[in-house]
Amino acid sequence: MSSRIFGSGIRRREDPRLITGAAAYTDDMTLPGMLHAVMLRSPHAHATITRIDVGGARTAPGVVAVYTGKDVTLNPMPCAWLPPNSQLKIANYPTCAIDTVRYVGDIVAVVIADSPQQGYDALDLIEVDYQPLPSVIDPQKSCAPGAPQLHADIPNNLAFQWTVAGGDVDAAFAAAEIVVTERIVQQRLIPNAMEPRAALAKWAGMSGELTLWNTTQNPHILRFLTSVVTGIAEDKLRVVAPEVGGGFGCKIPAYPGEFLAIFASRKLNRPVKWTETRSENYQATTHGRDHVQEIELAAKKDGTILGIRASSWSAMGAYLSTAAPGIPTILHGLMLSGVYNVPAIKEDVYGVYTTATPVEAYRGAGRPEATFIIERMVDKLAAALSMDPVAVRRKNMIPRFENGHAVATGLTYDSGDYPASLQKLLDHVNYDALRQEQAAARKAGRLMGIGVGTYVEICGLGPSQVAAAVGFQGGLWESAIVRVHPTGKVNVFIGASPHGQGEETTFAQLVAAEIGVGVDDVKVIHGDTETTPMGWGTYGSRTTAVGGAALILATRKVKEKAKLIAAHLLEAAVEDMDYADGKFFVKGSSDRAKTIQDIALQANLSWNMPPGMEGGLEASMFYDPPNFTYPFGSHLAIVEIEKETGIVSLTRYVAIDDCGPQINPVIVEGQVHGGVVQGIGQALWEEAIYDENGQLITGSMMDYALPRADRLPHIEVLNTVTPSPHHPLGLKGIGEAGTIASTVTVYNAVIDALRPLGVETMQMPFTPERVWKAMTAAAKPAGN
Amino acid sequence: MTVRVSITVNGRRFDKDVEPRQLLVHFIRDLGGFTGTKVGCDTSQCGSCTVLLDGIAVKSCTCLAAQADGAEVTTIEGLAADGQLHPIQEAFWNTHGLQCGFCTPGMIMATHELLRTNATPTDEAIRHGLAGNFCRCTGYQNIVKAVREAATVMAK
Repeated sequence: MSSRIFGSGIRRREDPRLITGAAAYTDDMTLPGMLHAVMLRSPHAHATITRIDVGGARTAPGVVAVYTGKDVTLNPMPCAWLPPNSQLKIANYPTCAIDTVRYVGDIVAVVIADSPQQGYDALDLIEVDYQPLPSVIDPQKSCAPGAPQLHADIPNNLAFQWTVAGGDVDAAFAAAEIVVTERIVQQRLIPNAMEPRAALAKWAGMSGELTLWNTTQNPHILRFLTSVVTGIAEDKLRVVAPEVGGGFGCKIPAYPGEFLAIFASRKLNRPVKWTETRSENYQATTHGRDHVQEIELAAKKDGTILGIRASSWSAMGAYLSTAAPGIPTILHGLMLSGVYNVPAIKEDVYGVYTTATPVEAYRGAGRPEATFIIERMVDKLAAALSMDPVAVRRKNMIPRFENGHAVATGLTYDSGDYPASLQKLLDHVNYDALRQEQAAARKAGRLMGIGVGTYVEICGLGPSQVAAAVGFQGGLWESAIVRVHPTGKVNVFIGASPHGQGEETTFAQLVAAEIGVGVDDVKVIHGDTETTPMGWGTYGSRTTAVGGAALILATRKVKEKAKLIAAHLLEAAVEDMDYADGKFFVKGSSDRAKTIQDIALQANLSWNMPPGMEGGLEASMFYDPPNFTYPFGSHLAIVEIEKETGIVSLTRYVAIDDCGPQINPVIVEGQVHGGVVQGIGQALWEEAIYDENGQLITGSMMDYALPRADRLPHIEVLNTVTPSPHHPLGLKGIGEAGTIASTVTVYNAVIDALRPLGVETMQMPFTPERVWKAMTAAAKPAGN
Repeated sequence: MTVRVSITVNGRRFDKDVEPRQLLVHFIRDLGGFTGTKVGCDTSQCGSCTVLLDGIAVKSCTCLAAQADGAEVTTIEGLAADGQLHPIQEAFWNTHGLQCGFCTPGMIMATHELLRTNATPTDEAIRHGLAGNFCRCTGYQNIVKAVREAATVMAK
């Protein structure tokens, strides 16, 4: 493999079209005769619909059709992650509400018009009478006796109840010399991909074929789900993910919007486009997190962790989104051991319906919440024992391992060197000097905090047999086709569907490095179910970890065939052939050689092939990984808090991540930057807030505080390299790492700053008001 | 009711009858066909729709088409000249200043404004100057780097 291409931070080939405005996202597309769909959404969190009159809207200018729930003949929305042994109860989730609405933003009617503006005008003419019902947002309250019932057939709003357990937790707590407890609110977040969701459906009349252009992270899954909901057979369905403007999890699930666009296109035999407004995005595109957790950690007085016992109430929103039940369970509970030896772990997870927007994966999906628990508890234990948090981490950290380490939850981590990662971080920042600086700052009356967060994540989802065992209603392999044209130029077709992560570039680097063609001679094609092989999509940091493995193995098949052809053409024995830098040559005589281009031409001409060999130079691979991958790292944050105002300033952030070997370090670094900032956003600014009536108060970019350029420090990015033992190139994935580590790292820094004042815990995000109140409350003598 | 407007977008003049409420961004996208300008929000926060109106950056969702009557608009499609990328575009490409690309046209136009008003900005000035444009992918770090590089190149 050529080291010049693999590992090189070359510029992305995606960028020319993106920096010139030439890229076409779904909303940029226009088809002849196209109509526009707009949605009437419920203004109530929970209500019975007693009357709908769409008469006025039907006759409004430009309106072609109006549909309500009674008109829509689509199957209910599917849920595709069914954790076993969880008493899962899937509520009926209609694409358009029929008699009850269950969150602000639930679709009540669809208007199809010549222009979106005419559609919006017509929405005002639809008369709906609602009989409001009580709402409930807090997941602990929602499953308590007497709470409003969302679905008649689901008692206590309990969607599922799932337990992870390993080791003897009761014994651990019986042996404990110290127990620390914490209640964590993982607040609800709104993903805010910059591109709002959009769908363009084109029914091809009598042929019975339908094309859907959609803002999706996984077009093949969406085709499958579209078939389920619309009844159109998969062979007649084409789903295209054109340019997609970020996802972060919220573009994994299927949504009612695209199915209603399909329904209308089919009814009217015209193309129908639906693009949500940002306000609709806030209300009706899936949210993330929204867990309440009560945790106990048992330890010895020397800081040795004995066990963790936790309960988690996870709000699901009004309905179960496509993958929602798997996130607070499988992707969360199994990771509670973190980078430590924790002999006993038990967590009970309650999935609860609430009168809010459905939740889904949001960058990290379950793993940030798990990392938060263990890293928060470790800091709390350190504080209780008056130990340095780094000392407690070192005491419990799993030592270096190269090929498998089993943890109490039943997972086997692939490879890791957590102590080395932590040490590199401490050396980089000169940790002891930092603590001295902090002591001096405290003496001077300043509130300086140092937060450390270590993590291991489960990604590269994942072995399909495990998918089956944990109730994921799909496979988790990935696919690639490598096609070498007569000129030696290469097309790569992949089943995954990147949307900003840069695999059009990194995958070209993989192929170029493997068979010696130029990186510009490889084009990576993705996102169209009609041209790409089946694949399960881009999420869970799996595109490179799984799809990259499929690609490299497909490329090796091509290389193997090329070698046979070269041997044949050179009249040499196959075992005498060698390869270097795009050339196959006879060992010891490098002038007897064929380039990959020579071979590609011969293979495509097929004039003189080895006996019995088929023509062409192409291979495909469907790769099912033997295990997940487990990237890891160590992060550090420094904050300074203004006493008078409670304003938290993040003054320094250092990230050390290990995703194995890096195909393109510039792209890896970009993933870390973005991930870290999303996690910082949760700690400091972001929160979806509903009022007591279930109204989303933070329903726009004016009200929901997204990270801005001027609020962030320069992030220092470093790495260690620990290859995965089971990936053909040792790659692990980096898409979510930053988010998984940074929220708790910043949290730990803020509490570290406030601890001298007596503040031990606080709810995120750390708004100035909240911090000021916590400082003020802590300053009061007890009893006052 | 409609109003007649004459707006030049990237050198092409469009004479159109538009509704008084028509936003400039929709004029640019739907009538002009320049879909490089993006609509990322409906409250003028995200900056994805930033264009140059007679050389000065505006969020084209806060401007009516009627207000732009007689004006010259430059969008992301009009920035590269004679097949040569503008130094800002080149800098975003060189520094990995974009990922999904959706905020990028607005970010590049906002950078154009930033460097028009301050040719040698500090990192702090860059961060402050771009605070009206959201990016969810990059954490802004490489965008700051891109602006710095563009400033250096353009100063030569």
